[in-house]
Amino acid sequence: MYRSLFPRDVLAELDRLQREMREASDLSPSIRGVGRGGFPALNIGGTPQSVEIFAFAPGLDPATVEVNLDRGVLTIAGERPSSLPSDRDDKAAVHISERFSGRFRRVLTLADDVDPNGVAASYRDGVLHITAKRRESAQPRRIAIQ
Amino acid sequence: MNDSTAVARNAPGARAAAAQSEAAPRAETALIPPVDVIEDATGITLRADLPGVPKDKLTLQVESDTLTIEGEVGIPTPEGIEPTYAEVSVPRFRRVFTLSKELDPGKVSAELKHGVLTLRIPKAEHAQPRRIDVRVD
Repeated sequence: MYRSLFPRDVLAELDRLQREMREASDLSPSIRGVGRGGFPALNIGGTPQSVEIFAFAPGLDPATVEVNLDRGVLTIAGERPSSLPSDRDDKAAVHISERFSGRFRRVLTLADDVDPNGVAASYRDGVLHITAKRRESAQPRRIAIQ
Repeated sequence: MNDSTAVARNAPGARAAAAQSEAAPRAETALIPPVDVIEDATGITLRADLPGVPKDKLTLQVESDTLTIEGEVGIPTPEGIEPTYAEVSVPRFRRVFTLSKELDPGKVSAELKHGVLTLRIPKAEHAQPRRIDVRVD
């Protein structure tokens, strides 16, 4: 089941539709399925020293989030409990239910120059920030001419 | 819900991210945060996902019967960062709701925790359910 972090974002939905149509007609899709979208939403950037990953995952208990790095494959997994009242509670009425709930997992392949021992993660204001340091040997440097 | 994303310099999202940082900020463009709205006997509870919005960049406004939720994403990023891939392309959230008459906008309480805003809008005293005693003469 696919559910975006922003189900009301029309442009994102059109983007998803286009992507799904392209993937449906692709004879050899990626082994890990959908490459974009889902929960949490990811933004990735880089500096010459590190790779910065921002996962927009609001409402999680940081202790329950699993961040694993195995042979260059980074996995972010966890569960977001539903905050809706249970079905037995007949006194409460749910008018809008758009927020994601349930288990989630996102997997991404890091670049080869990332140092597996230099990965740190922090959680602030509902954003999981993962910093992966690049190897010293892979960093750009100026070569002196003798 | 498995998926993979290669961290590549020329990722498909790089264009959007680059265009966004170059273009002049458009005040109107904002993401619509997903919400849950639950009503019980004494009021309405609204939860909205606003990841990356710190408390000081969140604006809640009630004007007559209109509730506006506005937030700006404020994530500290390292210097010289170059975006390569972005699913959250606009660093702003905005959503407007129309309140109904029986709600009491003067008693709205709000809490922001881990990027989730919880709003409690109680119903006005006169709109609370009351049990009417039947008198037998």
